[in-house]
Amino acid sequence: MLYREAGDFKTSYADDSQTFPIRLDRRAYWALMVVALAVVPFVVNDYWVNAIFLPLLIYAIAALGLNILTGYCGQVSLGTGGFMAVGAYSVYKLMTAFPDINIAIHVVLAGFVTAAVGMLFGLPSLRIKGFYLAVATLAAQFFLVWLFNRVPWFYNYSASGQINAPERTLAGFRITGPETQAWATYLFCLVFVLASAWICRNLTRGSIGRKWMAIRDMDIAAEIIGVDPLRAKLSAFGVSSFFIGIAGALFFAVYLGAVEVGEAFGINKSFLVLFMIIIGGLGSILGSFLGAAFMVLMPVLLKNVLVGGLGWPTDLAAHLEFMIVGGLIIFFLVVEPHGMAQLWRVTKEKLRIWPFPH
Amino acid sequence: MKRLITAVALTATLAGPAMAELVFPNLSYRTGPYAANGIPFADGYADYFTLINERDGGVGGEMINMIECETGYNTEKGVECYESTKGQGALLYQPLSTGITYQLIPRVSADGIPMHTLGYGRTSASQGEVFKWIFNYPATYWDGASVAIKYLMDENGGDLSGKKIGLVYHNSAYGKEPIRTLTELSEMHGFELLELPVDHPGQEQRSTWVQVRQQRPDYVIMWGWGVMNQVAIQEAVNIRFPMENFIGIWWSGSENDVMPAGERANGYKALNFHAVGDDFELYDDLEEYVWSAGLGAGAGDQHGTVLYNRGLYAAMIAVEGAKKAQEIHGVSAITPAQMRDGMEQLALTEERMADLGLAGFGPTFEASCTNHGGSGRAAINQWNAETGEWEVLTDYIQSNQDLIERLVEEDAMAYAEENNIELRCQD
Repeated sequence: MLYREAGDFKTSYADDSQTFPIRLDRRAYWALMVVALAVVPFVVNDYWVNAIFLPLLIYAIAALGLNILTGYCGQVSLGTGGFMAVGAYSVYKLMTAFPDINIAIHVVLAGFVTAAVGMLFGLPSLRIKGFYLAVATLAAQFFLVWLFNRVPWFYNYSASGQINAPERTLAGFRITGPETQAWATYLFCLVFVLASAWICRNLTRGSIGRKWMAIRDMDIAAEIIGVDPLRAKLSAFGVSSFFIGIAGALFFAVYLGAVEVGEAFGINKSFLVLFMIIIGGLGSILGSFLGAAFMVLMPVLLKNVLVGGLGWPTDLAAHLEFMIVGGLIIFFLVVEPHGMAQLWRVTKEKLRIWPFPH
Repeated sequence: MKRLITAVALTATLAGPAMAELVFPNLSYRTGPYAANGIPFADGYADYFTLINERDGGVGGEMINMIECETGYNTEKGVECYESTKGQGALLYQPLSTGITYQLIPRVSADGIPMHTLGYGRTSASQGEVFKWIFNYPATYWDGASVAIKYLMDENGGDLSGKKIGLVYHNSAYGKEPIRTLTELSEMHGFELLELPVDHPGQEQRSTWVQVRQQRPDYVIMWGWGVMNQVAIQEAVNIRFPMENFIGIWWSGSENDVMPAGERANGYKALNFHAVGDDFELYDDLEEYVWSAGLGAGAGDQHGTVLYNRGLYAAMIAVEGAKKAQEIHGVSAITPAQMRDGMEQLALTEERMADLGLAGFGPTFEASCTNHGGSGRAAINQWNAETGEWEVLTDYIQSNQDLIERLVEEDAMAYAEENNIELRCQD
């Protein structure tokens, strides 16, 4: 009734295989794009950008990256925090070594560095699977954090071992450093998110994505039908780490501006991103966004309601926050084990035939 | 939908009427692995402001509005707290976290809001020519390192050559802070420095203390915080390390750190830059106006502890800075920029502290355009497990100012160059 596809005829293959086959979805998508690109930049302030949009967008990229590896290719990884650290430290080294080159190029290069590191740590995946692989990537997590803490070259020999993002610009607008404009950093990250989502969507529905999914569903069968596991797995590690590296680079350079590797990129970060894709939906682009939104916005929302709205003590609110977010995670997983993306898919199916379910 | 709810909740919180009041955000942490130390500080901080509001009717007639925000010692939440409070007219930030301090130094400098890091944060921020908005008096980490070594020198008749000193530190910007100074000092005095990092949050230290047992350092200095302190002291007890040779920085010397190890923590030493206990006139006022009136923060079980006193001290400096600012500018509703002027011209003398009911509470110091770091003096306290009290062993010991000034100058100038900062106070 409200949500229908009657009269929406596809007359070409391109029409039929588009990302949003239903007109209503397409319109909603374009409306969202217009709001995100043309309305939000004019109304955001520092609080909205620094406390809500930047973490949301950056975690969405990280979740997209991990979803490629875990959701599409079936390789469980607990090394996300470590790979984000690689992105952050590469962008830092690049920013300080080549101050005149614009920041966007550095961020992309940091993604490539991380992709190379990711493929290196992906090599064990050719021999080990499942939980054992998770443990191997866990080793990557601890090794990388230890490395960045240990070798002073990575933090340019600063006394505190911290890295601080110097001011860098893109086309004359400040993107990093303390004197940025809210809209500039927002748009910068948004462009990366849109590009990442677009690339991920197109990779996963092309031949390479099908290979990943074949490996995920049953690797021996995939090998028999002609999928090279070496290439498929390593490409998944590479592509996944590329996006995670970009997320790490943005996380450090644009969002926080100063990080300490153990605190910002510890094992907690790996779990956080993994929870995002599990709650959002494994093997779903939309799921990555929903999961990131849930994990980033829920605590902020609860804090604002409990402390700001109801005036409760901050410690009580913080404890309740853990309990409510934890409870909601369990609730969502019980109601729909395949995540919020599946919940949305089911809702959509129901809406399409509503009000005549038979 | 979710975004809509957030929007509604946010506008409801942010759109309050703009009242003429002094806003002091309290970036506290009452949860997480650092809560044991965060709670007493936050309680003391809040209680002092409550006292000023209840007893004096605010500062110069302006009521204090303290906005508490839970950071959990986490930098991302710290950023959220900073952004959500800065729009409400925040006058001074005291984040009680070196990590968040590093995060906020560029931000507060860009936004023009002063930040006071009481004996923590970036040491070289004591150089006021470069760090206009940051204050870290009365003492810095490098002062702490120097005082600890000076004390050990006195213990050993002025000679530390051939001795081995271990540094057990929180593997973060905070814990790494003293290494610079200790390395210089080890070359100067000929002792060997053994670096023993402990990773966040510091619950797992078995390997560190096995190393201590193997390497047998003569002394161990600790830069720990939160649960790391309790674990380290317990582990030191377990390997029977002599407690009187174990010295913590001022953040590793509260009751909550030594209590869990019980009797055997007896003799553990820690630095401190203010007095302990509740034997001050101010405490009578706190009893009368805050606690018995039921306005005390938290559970009210922390009164007179080291970190509660430090919270009082931090709040007292904030209030004194605000008074000074009101005096300089002749207005009661001060702006953050005026608050900064007040902080920069703050002088804490014996008479002033006595007037406040805190006679002999801390070292005297006088801030200036160039000096944001105070006098750099600290005392050694020792834990007496029997009475359950910290005993003051020494007077305030002056740190090695020549060395520290040189190191601060180096670090601050490097920062100024990196960030194109023009030096102030040149005339």
